[in-house]
Amino acid sequence: MTGFSEEYREPVRKDRSSFFNVAVITGISLLAILFRVYVSRFVPYLQYLELPLLVTVYFSLMWRSPIAGLLFGAAIGLAQDSLSHQPLGMFGIVKTLVGYFAASMSLRVDVGNPLLRLVLGFFFFFFHAMLYWVLERALLGQAREFELVQVLVVAILNAIVAVFLYQFLDRLRITG
Amino acid sequence: MEFFLNRYRNLSVLVAAILAQLVLLAYQVKTNADVRLIRVWSVGAVTPLARWIETGRSGTSHFFSDYFVLLDVREENKRMKAELDRIKMDNQYLRAELSTADRAQSLAIFQKHSPSKTVAAHIIGNTTGVGAKVVLIDRGSNSGIEPGMAVITPDGIAGKVTKVFSVSSFILLVTDQTFAAGVISQNNRVHGTLKGQGYEGTAKIEHVQNEQKVDQGEWFYTSGDDRIFPKGLPVGEVLTVHQGKTEKEIYISLSGFKNGLEEVLIIVEGVHAPIPDAPSANQNVHLLAPPPADASSAVPVMQPLQSGPVSTDADRIKEQYRKLGQQQNHVYGERGTGAPNYNAPLKTEAKPENKP
Repeated sequence: MTGFSEEYREPVRKDRSSFFNVAVITGISLLAILFRVYVSRFVPYLQYLELPLLVTVYFSLMWRSPIAGLLFGAAIGLAQDSLSHQPLGMFGIVKTLVGYFAASMSLRVDVGNPLLRLVLGFFFFFFHAMLYWVLERALLGQAREFELVQVLVVAILNAIVAVFLYQFLDRLRITG
Repeated sequence: MEFFLNRYRNLSVLVAAILAQLVLLAYQVKTNADVRLIRVWSVGAVTPLARWIETGRSGTSHFFSDYFVLLDVREENKRMKAELDRIKMDNQYLRAELSTADRAQSLAIFQKHSPSKTVAAHIIGNTTGVGAKVVLIDRGSNSGIEPGMAVITPDGIAGKVTKVFSVSSFILLVTDQTFAAGVISQNNRVHGTLKGQGYEGTAKIEHVQNEQKVDQGEWFYTSGDDRIFPKGLPVGEVLTVHQGKTEKEIYISLSGFKNGLEEVLIIVEGVHAPIPDAPSANQNVHLLAPPPADASSAVPVMQPLQSGPVSTDADRIKEQYRKLGQQQNHVYGERGTGAPNYNAPLKTEAKPENKP
């Protein structure tokens, strides 16, 4: 029984965590936020592409460390908050949780599988949208409508983009 | 405690991070104050980059447009004679200048003629909010911008300033679901509240009772009630009007977004203006030129039954009754005189005898 507990506490896949250059992490995060701020202005449909979320999920999955995941999520969420008209902390809280859960999940599953990445991209986008809407209603008292069909469609599109984006980001890993 | 933190280290850090952000959020909501420092850093980091990208984009766009214009001129040079070619080139250049009148130029002209004091600004990016229609402009407190100032285009209202930094500001667009402004209709002076719908180009007018009259195609203007927008700025044209439970459901097409949204004007000192009068119903009716004053015309002229602007049966009956009243020296509306005899024959005007 004790042996089982020890094995459970020490995740099997922890040793398969990936490493990235600090400049790559900073650059990718900045680009993701800048994309959200600037590119969506000229191609309005791209405003549905939540790159900061996809990047948070990716790094959290690849690091396989819940603490690193939640701290990265909090940082990128707060940066996104500071460029929105909402109070600071809304995206921060949501992305902290996303980072934590993504990293926790990566300890149990093979995050290199494209199909699994598709499912995770869909799930975390929906979770992100739902939680943000709940926080908006509960903490800010804003009664914005939750458009379920639109969120589901956008979640699928984001998941598809995530698969290709993650393949590109895989090449930026430090190997050896 | 130490055991607990070691055992549940990940969870402890998560709870601490969430709690810290909740406290930060609660402080902002409770005090209605903004945590400026973090925002100033982020906006300060993004603004120069966005401005640089925007400059690059517009420069590239102008380069390519100039290049294609030159290509056209070269092709024409091959086909035309030298002198004619020169004239056509000039002509084409002037036409191109007129047709592609720069937005900035029209903005400057509008700015010059507008009674309100305004500051021109360029939109350099969107903000990151979910579903929010908020944009970033390249003017801030250094240009005299303050939160709550109205933002317009030459075609109508565009939004209002929500947050101001030194060289940039956030603008909440009219289309955002949280946007509201006081409006008034042009024909019947019906007051209402403009509310964004989250969709491009359309908005809703609320708080208009079913009994009040609003027509399709009618224009709405700012009423000045909200103390943000000066009175008399165009808002939009009514697309649809339906009777609701107690209030009308009115949707309008926003005029401020007609020609896209790249440059805007921020009203620094607003001046109220009167609501322009609605055009009369006959304004656009095509009228023939008056007939020639030829007295010897042999063509028999068909006399109209009644003179004046009558068009319906009701108008004709009214006109007939008016003439009967005149014939019997009756004054409509006077007490104690009763009613004229409507069955009496209507005397027609005596026609001059045609003598050879």
